[in-house]
Order: sequence, then structure tokens, then C-alpha cells
Amino acid sequence: MIRYLRVLALFWGSAVAAELEYRINFVIATLTSLGGLCGSIFGLFLFYRTGYQFQGWTWLDALLVLGIFTLLQGFSATILIPNLNKIVTQVQQGTLDFVLLKPISSQFWLSVRELSPWGVPDLAFGLIMIVYTGQRLGLGWQAYCLGFLPMIAGALSLYSLWFMLGATSIWFVKVYNVTEVLRGLLEAGRFPIAAYPVAYRIFFTFVIPVAFLTTVPAQAMLNTGGPGWWLASLLLAVILLGLANRFWRFALSFYTSASS
Amino acid sequence: MTTVPAEGSGPSASGELRGNPLTVARVLLSVYYAYMMEYRAELVLWVLSGTFPLIFMGLWAQAAQSGQFSLAPRELIQYFLAVFIVRQFTVVWVIWEFERELVEGKLSPYLLQPLDPVWRHFFSHLAERFARMPFALILVVAFLGLYPKAAWLPSGGNLVLAVLAIALTFCLRFVIQYTFAMVAFWTERANALEQFWFLFYMFLSGMAAPLSLFPEPVRAVVLWTPFPYLIYFPASLLVNRADHVFQGFVAIGAWSLVFLLLNRWLWRRGLTQYSGMGA
Repeated sequence: MIRYLRVLALFWGSAVAAELEYRINFVIATLTSLGGLCGSIFGLFLFYRTGYQFQGWTWLDALLVLGIFTLLQGFSATILIPNLNKIVTQVQQGTLDFVLLKPISSQFWLSVRELSPWGVPDLAFGLIMIVYTGQRLGLGWQAYCLGFLPMIAGALSLYSLWFMLGATSIWFVKVYNVTEVLRGLLEAGRFPIAAYPVAYRIFFTFVIPVAFLTTVPAQAMLNTGGPGWWLASLLLAVILLGLANRFWRFALSFYTSASS
Repeated sequence: MTTVPAEGSGPSASGELRGNPLTVARVLLSVYYAYMMEYRAELVLWVLSGTFPLIFMGLWAQAAQSGQFSLAPRELIQYFLAVFIVRQFTVVWVIWEFERELVEGKLSPYLLQPLDPVWRHFFSHLAERFARMPFALILVVAFLGLYPKAAWLPSGGNLVLAVLAIALTFCLRFVIQYTFAMVAFWTERANALEQFWFLFYMFLSGMAAPLSLFPEPVRAVVLWTPFPYLIYFPASLLVNRADHVFQGFVAIGAWSLVFLLLNRWLWRRGLTQYSGMGA
């Protein structure tokens, strides 16, 4: 365990050092993140400006969902997306061999090797939004405690889904755009799940669990969801994590290096 | 190491094509079509990644049932299906390819050929459209099969205009992104610029909501930008709800011209700056 933490520190130190060569991009990333937030709020405003409300969600509640969404977006930009891109390149060029030879879990190596500081503005703006709407809604510290675990569970579920998508590159090789599919699906989490028609709700709860990424944590914070959803989100994270690990082993048994 | 810019400035005067331009176009198109067919699984993923309009379709169909918006659910479903179709045919990724070629020095051999490198990118995009079409069509047919109430037919005239508009918007979008790609000569990571622009594109082009649902002052401003002509204009032609058709085409033409001029200027400036690997 200690060894893994030390390796992690080395990974992220070198990754950040490499990314800091492009410092102007950090400014652009901050602007992008700010622009994205304005865009999302504008998109939400288009619904609420005529007095319409997502069923059971006030304007502030919906903003809270948006804050959690922004936070998750930051998480995926910081860790998920850069690493996913790496898996694909490694399968394509055959350099995955070197990873497999290392005396360390290959899933660990592939999941956390890269760290992109470009997601940090999103993380910051997401937190600011959550705290701001929390203040306006008068949420106490209990609300944040209740929301914390589902949020972590949501991030882990997202990671597992993403890792399984990345693992399919063993078969399909050039799947750069799984990032795009992932991003496209995640977009649905911008809005509380109650805003969608029934068919969408079923899809986003049971087929692709977007509901558990943003809506369930928000409901936990607002104390409207009930303990069932709270537990379900933790359970889902555990199941998906186990599944991701099994799937990776399964996929590896099909790996034939590009060079041999 | 700086011999390339001198030679590289040649191809920009595209009159030097060795073969007949039509032959070149046909060969490039068939080569890239074959290349795209090799990665069909990837293509399916690309088609699936265009789900953004479908998400908003659900939101708006649900919202419109409250009767608090000026459009009916059915009209909104048709609109977003049209947006989905337009998106499928106007997706552009040239900036990532260009940037990679530049950073890895792969641009250098292309500069030696008597063909402006832009044509390779252009035809690979065009070929991908043909390779993608069956998948997109299957998805549209499947959707209408699931929800036949939404089915509609664009009138003949509108269909012709819409196809023309989609073709022109694709060119406009391509030129805009290729112009951003030129910045790669100076910063090596130009795609941050594209990502910034994409945010505006996402919310102002009509992908998130038809412009007729925007607040009046916002719409008035947005109509002066290139965004609504990239999605909203062709999509509303497809669903027979277009107004100011003539102005729309003029706007597409004008913005294309602006970015084309900027692009050629940056390209010439950039080549003198170019110092990619092996150049």
C-alpha cells in the first residue's frame, strides 16, 4: 500500500511537471471552465425563465446538481480522460507490454499514470457552486456529510465504467472516441433525472447509471432521496469496481502485443 | 534545417497540381473511404457520441408538455432529430490531426508534395461522412420506428436547401477549425482554443435549445455570430420552420470568407515559423 502511494506521488509529480510546460493552456483551461459554467447556467435558465420547473426541483436545487456535475467533470478531466487516451495509444503501439512487465498492478498503473492539472479549474468552480447553493439553501454540515459518500461512489462508478470502456481497446484498438461517448453520456448528468421523460429516466438509472453520478448525491444533500438511493449508490460503486477489475483481466487474456 | 518553409510555400498556390484535380479528389476520397471502413467499430462510437441533442430532446419534450413554451413537444422532437442529423454531417476533428502531424513532424513530408496538405484532411472528413451515413441512418430509422408520431417529411424545396446548407455548414465548420489549427504553429496545443470555442458552439448554435426559445436580446446578438448557422439554420430548414433563408446563406458565405482569408494568412505566416521535428 505504502509502495503504491509512493509510486502515485512519483507519477503525479512527473505528470504535472510535464503539463506545466504548457502554462498558457492553463489560463485557457480556466477560461474554458468558466465559459462552460456560464453556458450550463444559461442552458438551465432557458428552462426556468418561463416559470417552468423540473418536477420537484427548484432553481437552486438544479444549480446544486450542476455544481456536482462540474465537480465530476473536473475529476474526469484531471484523471480519467488523460489516462484513457494513454491506454489506447499503448495498445496501438504495443507499449502496453512494458506496463504488464512492471511489478505493480497494471490496472493501477493505467488508471493513475497521468494527471492533468487542466481539470483543476472545473474542480474549483464545482466546489464553489456547491458551497454557494448550499449556503443559499441553508444546508448544514450534516447535508455535506450525507452527500459526501454518494459523491465518492459516483466518481468511482464513473471511473469503473470508463475503465471498462478503455479496456475494450484491446479488441477494437483505435477507440479514442470512447472519451467522447463517455463525455456524451455524462452530459445527461447536468440536469436532475426528474427532468427527463420516463424512458430516459429508466435508461439513465438502470442502463447507464448517470442518475447515481449527480442526482443521487444532490438528493442526499437535500435529504429528499431516502436511504434506499443512498445505499444503492454505494452498492453500485462496489459492484462496478469489482466488475471493472474482472473485465480488465478478461480483456488482458485477449491481448496480443503489437510487436509479437 | 529551415529549408522546408521555402519549398513549403509552393503548394499554397494550388495551381501546381500534377494530376487533374478531379482525379486527385477521386483518389483521395476512395483511399480515405477505405481507411475509414477499416475502423468501423470506431465509427459506430463516433455516431453514438453525438447523443448530446438527444439528451436535450428528452428534456425539452418533457418541458414542453407543461405548455409554458411556444413550441409543442412534437415540434421539439423533430427539431432535435434534425439537429442530430446535422451534427452527424458536420463533425470536424482536423485540429487534432493537424496538431499531431505538426508536433510529430509528419507535416514535413506532406509539404514536399505538390498538394496543399489541407486537401488530405478535407477529403478524409468527406470520406468519413459517406462511411458514417449508414450508421446514422439506421439510428434515425430506429428512432422513428420507436416513436412514429414524430415522423415528418421536409418539403422538396426545403430538403434541397437543407442539404445545401448542411454541405456549406460543414465547409464553414471545417474552415473555422482549420484556422484554429494554424495556431498550432505557435503554441503546439491549439486544441485548447477549439475546446473554448466549442462551449459557445454547444450552447449558442441551437444544439441545447432552438433559438426561438432564447430570450429576445440574446437571440439578436447570437444571430450576428457564426454559431446559429452551424446547427440551427440547417436544422430548421430540415423541419420546414426556417425563416430568413437568404440571409442565412449570406451569413454562411460571409463567415466562410472571413475565416478562409484568416486561415491562408496564418498558414503563410505559420510555415515560416514551422520548426517541427525533422524540418
